[in-house]
Amino acid sequence: MAIALHYTQAERALRAEARAWLAAHVPAVPLPSFDTRAGFDAHRAWERELHAGGWSMVTWPREYGGRGLNLVEWLVFEEEYHRADAPGRVNQNGLFLFGPTLMEYGTPGQKARFLPRLAAGDDIWAQAWSEPQAGSDLAALRTTAIQDGDEYVISGHKIWSSRAVYADWCFGLFRTDPASERHRGLSYIVVPLSAPGVRVRPIAQLDGEPGFAEIFFDEVHVPVANRIGAEGQGWEIAMATAGFERGLMLRSPARFQRTAARLVELYRRHAADCDPALASTVAQCWMDADAYALSTYMTAARLIAGGRIGVEASLNKVFWSELDLAMHRAAQSILGARAALMREAPDAADAGGWVEGFLFSLAGPIYAGANEIQRNIIAERLLGLPRGPA
Amino acid sequence: MDFTFTEEQTMSAQALGELLGDVCTGADLRALADGTLAGGAGRWQRLAAIGLPGALGPESAGGMGLTEADFVLLAEETGRAALPEPLVAHAGVAVPMLAELAAAGVSGGVPEALERAVSGAACVVVAHPLEDYIAGVDTAELALAGAGVGQVALCRRDELRLLPQASLDPLQPLVRITLPAGRESLLPGAPQVAEGLWRRARMRTMVFAAAQMLGLAARMVGIAVSYAGERRQFGRPIGANQAIKHHLATVQVKLEFARPVVYAAAAMLADAFQAGGPAAALPPLVEARVLQAKLAAADAADLAARTAIQVHGAIGYSWELDLQFYAKRAWALAALNGNRNQMQRRIQELLFGGGIETGPDRLFTN
Repeated sequence: MAIALHYTQAERALRAEARAWLAAHVPAVPLPSFDTRAGFDAHRAWERELHAGGWSMVTWPREYGGRGLNLVEWLVFEEEYHRADAPGRVNQNGLFLFGPTLMEYGTPGQKARFLPRLAAGDDIWAQAWSEPQAGSDLAALRTTAIQDGDEYVISGHKIWSSRAVYADWCFGLFRTDPASERHRGLSYIVVPLSAPGVRVRPIAQLDGEPGFAEIFFDEVHVPVANRIGAEGQGWEIAMATAGFERGLMLRSPARFQRTAARLVELYRRHAADCDPALASTVAQCWMDADAYALSTYMTAARLIAGGRIGVEASLNKVFWSELDLAMHRAAQSILGARAALMREAPDAADAGGWVEGFLFSLAGPIYAGANEIQRNIIAERLLGLPRGPA
Repeated sequence: MDFTFTEEQTMSAQALGELLGDVCTGADLRALADGTLAGGAGRWQRLAAIGLPGALGPESAGGMGLTEADFVLLAEETGRAALPEPLVAHAGVAVPMLAELAAAGVSGGVPEALERAVSGAACVVVAHPLEDYIAGVDTAELALAGAGVGQVALCRRDELRLLPQASLDPLQPLVRITLPAGRESLLPGAPQVAEGLWRRARMRTMVFAAAQMLGLAARMVGIAVSYAGERRQFGRPIGANQAIKHHLATVQVKLEFARPVVYAAAAMLADAFQAGGPAAALPPLVEARVLQAKLAAADAADLAARTAIQVHGAIGYSWELDLQFYAKRAWALAALNGNRNQMQRRIQELLFGGGIETGPDRLFTN
């Protein structure tokens, strides 16, 4: 192998096929927010349509509803997906976080049970990790899952769980050894949100929609077969999920390149009214979005060659979250007074997309592990600085 | 699409890194800066012995026939060591330019110069007509220069009027060069070819400067990390404090997202050069990538330098710390051959003037 920054014939063919399918299927009018009931249902329908076209999870093997593509081909598909402004993935936590985890740690039976329904949009998944007293310090979590015969009985309280308001299932981290502390004694268990004893309380986000929720577990019974991996292996598996979340799949570069392209367009339209310094900011955003994409192509090539994603995932998370914020702040500067108008406003720019995107970009440095925690991880585990008081 | 270096490429870089780890230590740099060691202790000969001066020279002239994509990792290693000798200017820029002149059928001493340059017997530097100052002249025997971008001349050092400048980087002092009056172009009547050759030289200079700055940034992070792990205050290593960790982590993020841009720019440049001759226009995206590479690497190296100095505290501001050699090289490379201001302006021209298409499917020239 050697550096060859050209698409192969097969990659071009894939791009053309994806482009044609998306042109024929992407809804002409953007779907309502998937944090509303109607929007959630519309996005689930879109997941089913994607699946019917064979595009739901292109890197998965065909037996689980995928296309068996490699990571470079996945990038090509993602580029077309975002180029077409196709709907956001309501099942992103399931597809990009739980799915890869299951692929690595699940039994054949668990894979057959969950993956095809995931790919088809039949089950939409939420993540149940944080607790009121366990945020950045996730290992402080207290929600227990006590084994009773061939069941676990779960009691406790999870919070900040995205999409949990309307989702079907959650994957979570629970303390299966009540005498354990910190990272030990945790297990990775999946729970249907319709199970008796589960109560979900929506929490409105900055945009006013119930994008996340609290989940209360009051002696919820789930089969032991719902545990992924071994008892006590939960922390290791959760960190693998976190690697997927921070590192590669959750935030494909195409999403940011599309935003950068829109930002360049916005600047071109308003250049005459702008502070000249904004030209430099916008150009930097375009460069950084491409830098993130180039980095991802390098990572994809490394993974295809047999490498693994490790601590460097934290570098990605810091970079894309800060980039997203920078792009939306630049857009807010260009928009002037319209930066204060939401979607419903008659004069809203770009249907309010920039303002809503700005609000969402504020979450980037927080979710998937706050950037301060990422910087600790980079410093300690990548650079080798001494561990110290948090 | 495959964004991986070959094992051969990474192993060559590793070998060069090891060699420079032996013959280009901080103590070596200090001895040179303090004037207690003259002549670089035979480093140039060591580099010539493994064929590096002719890395980008054609095999027909005794060179290794490598491309920009092959050389980028080697340039990075010379940066990591703050190599005082102008290996990158010579092997990465002057030799391919001589080879392009030779390929264009230019005589006037060019084939002979190419042969001597490839073997390392003569060190050649490139004085771009639009650059005021160049480094490495003191070790060079020959210089490629021009009264304007429409002309190319090959001059012996003793033919040039040299005005040495007291320089920030004590190991690569800058000189202002003036051409002897009435010097004729090697390409009379072909100014477009001369312009194309200078354009290529400038692109190579930029992408390899970027590569050197990657190496410099990594070196400075390493020096700072090592100090932060040893220096104790308040009863613990200063590196155990989040304030220090977060500074250094921020540098590492900048560095690791400059890296793929530099590598991609080198590979895209190599492809573009192979696709068309010197007079061929460079695709706007390739030019922008090269400028972006230099900008990104300069930003990373500058932040690494400032952070490393800050992490060291007062000793960071002292002459006695070797850190200064890496920091000053980085700042000099950033200032020469396209500074931040010029490159940002040009990128904006390309981006807002419509030369570049944006969007998720526009990362490469496809």
